[in-house]
Amino acid sequence: MALQTEPFILNVGPQHPSTHGVFRMKVTLDGEVVLDVEPVIGYLHRGIEKMGENRTYTQIIPLTDRLDYLASLTNNLAYVLAVEKLAGIKIPERAEYLRIIMAESMRISSHLMAVGFFLNDLGAMMTPVLYMWREREKLLDLFEMVCGQRLTYNYMRIGGMSHDIPEEFLPALKKFVAEMPKFLDEYDQLIAKNEIVLVRTKGVGILPKETAIDIGASGPVLRASGVKWDTRKADPYSIYDRFDFEIPVGTTGDNYDRYWVRMQEMRQSVRILEQAIAQLPTGVVQADVPQLLRPPVGEAYGHIEAPKGELGFYLVSDNSIAPYRFHIHPPTLINLTALKDMVVGWKIADLIVTFGSIDVVLGEIDR
Amino acid sequence: MKFERYGIGIAKGMALTFKHLFRSPITVQYPEQKLIVSRRIRGNELVWFLDRCTGCATCAKACPQGNIEIVTHVGTENNYVVDKFEVDCGRCMFCGLCVEACPYNALAMGRSYERSQYRRSDFVLSKEQLQLSDIRQPSGYARPLVEAKLPRQSLLINSKQKDGGQKLSWLGLSKKRGRGV
Amino acid sequence: MTLLESFRLFLLNMNWPDWAAYLVAGLVGIIIVLAFVVVLVIVFIWVERRLLGRFQIRLGPNRLGPEGIFQPLATAAKILMKEDIVPAKADKIIHWLAPVIVFVPVLLIFAVVPIGQGAILSDLNVGIVYVVAVSAVSAVGIYAAGWASNNKYAMIAAFRTVAQMVSYELPVVLAIIGVVLMAGSLSMTQIVESQTIPYIILQPLGFVIFFLGTIAEMNRSPFDLLEADSEIVAGYHIEYSGMKFAMFYLGEYGHALAYACIVTTLFLSGWQGPWLPPILWFIIKVFLVFGTIVWMRATLPRLRVDQLMGFAWKGLLPMAIINLFIIAAEVLWLPQINLWILVAINIAAAGVLILLWSRLFTLGGGRVEV
Repeated sequence: MALQTEPFILNVGPQHPSTHGVFRMKVTLDGEVVLDVEPVIGYLHRGIEKMGENRTYTQIIPLTDRLDYLASLTNNLAYVLAVEKLAGIKIPERAEYLRIIMAESMRISSHLMAVGFFLNDLGAMMTPVLYMWREREKLLDLFEMVCGQRLTYNYMRIGGMSHDIPEEFLPALKKFVAEMPKFLDEYDQLIAKNEIVLVRTKGVGILPKETAIDIGASGPVLRASGVKWDTRKADPYSIYDRFDFEIPVGTTGDNYDRYWVRMQEMRQSVRILEQAIAQLPTGVVQADVPQLLRPPVGEAYGHIEAPKGELGFYLVSDNSIAPYRFHIHPPTLINLTALKDMVVGWKIADLIVTFGSIDVVLGEIDR
Repeated sequence: MKFERYGIGIAKGMALTFKHLFRSPITVQYPEQKLIVSRRIRGNELVWFLDRCTGCATCAKACPQGNIEIVTHVGTENNYVVDKFEVDCGRCMFCGLCVEACPYNALAMGRSYERSQYRRSDFVLSKEQLQLSDIRQPSGYARPLVEAKLPRQSLLINSKQKDGGQKLSWLGLSKKRGRGV
Repeated sequence: MTLLESFRLFLLNMNWPDWAAYLVAGLVGIIIVLAFVVVLVIVFIWVERRLLGRFQIRLGPNRLGPEGIFQPLATAAKILMKEDIVPAKADKIIHWLAPVIVFVPVLLIFAVVPIGQGAILSDLNVGIVYVVAVSAVSAVGIYAAGWASNNKYAMIAAFRTVAQMVSYELPVVLAIIGVVLMAGSLSMTQIVESQTIPYIILQPLGFVIFFLGTIAEMNRSPFDLLEADSEIVAGYHIEYSGMKFAMFYLGEYGHALAYACIVTTLFLSGWQGPWLPPILWFIIKVFLVFGTIVWMRATLPRLRVDQLMGFAWKGLLPMAIINLFIIAAEVLWLPQINLWILVAINIAAAGVLILLWSRLFTLGGGRVEV
């Protein structure tokens, strides 16, 4: 006689140690097997898009810091590129190289945090987090030296950067870039061939290639599924076409591939940093832009390859000092729509790990 | 999902963790040891120079939140006299746009990050509280003359240990105590 | 003749009545064992927090007292001062009983642990069977805690408990039987005294199986799914606070101490050693075992529940049975041979078995079709 069972609904609630922010999931479970996942978002909604309509173009820059607060400089960069496209401003050479240096350092910092907390969700009791935060701490010290804050930088301006770098920045950055590959090899020794990590992440949470393209995924999630698409090579912005780097592409699209793609991207970022430091020219860092900018009537969409995917800002201007419409294209919200396909049929432990491998930040999802 | 490498991967990982036992820790014992902050730190306070301010209110227009309140009246020598200059530091996000906007270098960010109060109304700072004093020093953000005189920042990458840790004296830490311990 | 026996005979010689000598000797023994346990548990809490900090390139707690040695006492004081909250729909009697059922068997194990030469509370001649029987009772307590909390997260932990505890008993017991066969007796003092070469060298496979099995029984990393902080938010003790939580917390470290003592007695030759007094050797070996357990906690992530069960039933259990056959064959047919030849045979057999099992068996299931 068959045993009579019934599925029950578990609320992985807004307050949970592993949901990377205030995110709620209603999970239907049959024992330990996940049958259905229903995400509920909106706990961190602050109305940034509406606030942007009442602030001048320069005053929106501190607001964009608080979207993906773990990678603030790339948010600034995307917004500033959109405004410069709208107003037709050309920026000096030194500012272009400084933007590349800041963006790639930010990518390393964000990926360190993502990989560290992915392993924390797997159960390694904060040890990989603390090892990776040692490198991230060195980067945060460098950012503090340049712009004065460690989390919300507000460093880029329309027309370049706000100040020039101090003279002790470049030697410290060169030392960091020289030491980083050794630490990346140490992380590989700890994690990449660890049997428990392999057994728990290989083949789990697979996102097939067609599904990834259908839902519009971007970033490491898309590249791990086998699609070779990176905005830095497909639609080059700034001066990325002057640098020599590769795009790591995964094969199956499981959790291990997403982790592997992020580790390889960090190595490529170190390569770009070495080239950018060697080619840095002298000059001014900010073009001549009026304080209250009035762009001509029109619209612009500026997009970059942020650490989490393709981040885009859509601006509509009506020749006044504030934008008429300010819309943000968040990569993690689009990537998150695939969660149900990736997780149904696996166990509750895999749900947490797969969600961690997509690498969400709630500030970006809820805005 | 076979146990592919016979446990060698786990053994190498554990060897790496064991090697870390012999590295110095990278944390410092706050509040007995404090790291020197950056010369351009946007600390949790503002410093206002009464003699340089002309009451033009460019800073108030530049603030994204509208935290600065300025009331002036016309003075005798064709100038504005500032009656009230209040900053609501509780709502401030320390973005520094006001400091960059001031044309007369009358406003600067502070260097301290330990400014907690017991009531929210204590955060609204008036004219007298905002001025320069020995507990309220300016930082070098957007003020290159001030920046040149401040000490260099303590960086983790420049620490003396070759593996990146900080140097700590073990017995000395046990003897020093902070407040209330 | 244990030390307590000689104390009791000494009291009888001083013309104490029979029952008084027995009572006083028993009480003295119990107090010494309890003091030993309580002091070592507190030292273990301190060692774990500082050592885990050093593995993670930071200091552990170092504010209270020189190098933080008063931290466990402060933790205990804080937990005792917290309010004892019982959920409204929880089963009140079982909710109250569960911590007791988890904590008391831990203390009972220490009655048969030989701390030094002849220093044991009661030299049962079925010592190791008593240990196995008593340590299995805590599983019921954990399941009761999960059920009585009226909370879905605790129920998931309770499901996992029953599966994990039951399935890891078997390899542990089979590894113990291997040791008992070589020692020739079930009594703990006999097992210690028969180890001229410590059994970790003579039976490496048995040691590996027993060590991994006891880490699973203790719910420590990498098998700590019952209280997985990142998935089910503290598992079975999610609705406990105050003194009841202190019972669980002390019970976890008490389990660690108890199993470390058992490992030392069975495999590391107990209190034997060259120059230092025996009790110091015992404590050093216990700390070495505990240090290894903390090292594994610092490094390894945790397994999923079906992989855990696969590891027990498909990995450890067949290896334990084959190990038992090999040891029984050696004891039966080669009793007088030089022990180092047996060491060589056993290490070779362990290597071959581990290689074979890693190649042939998969660990855990895949995706379930929904």
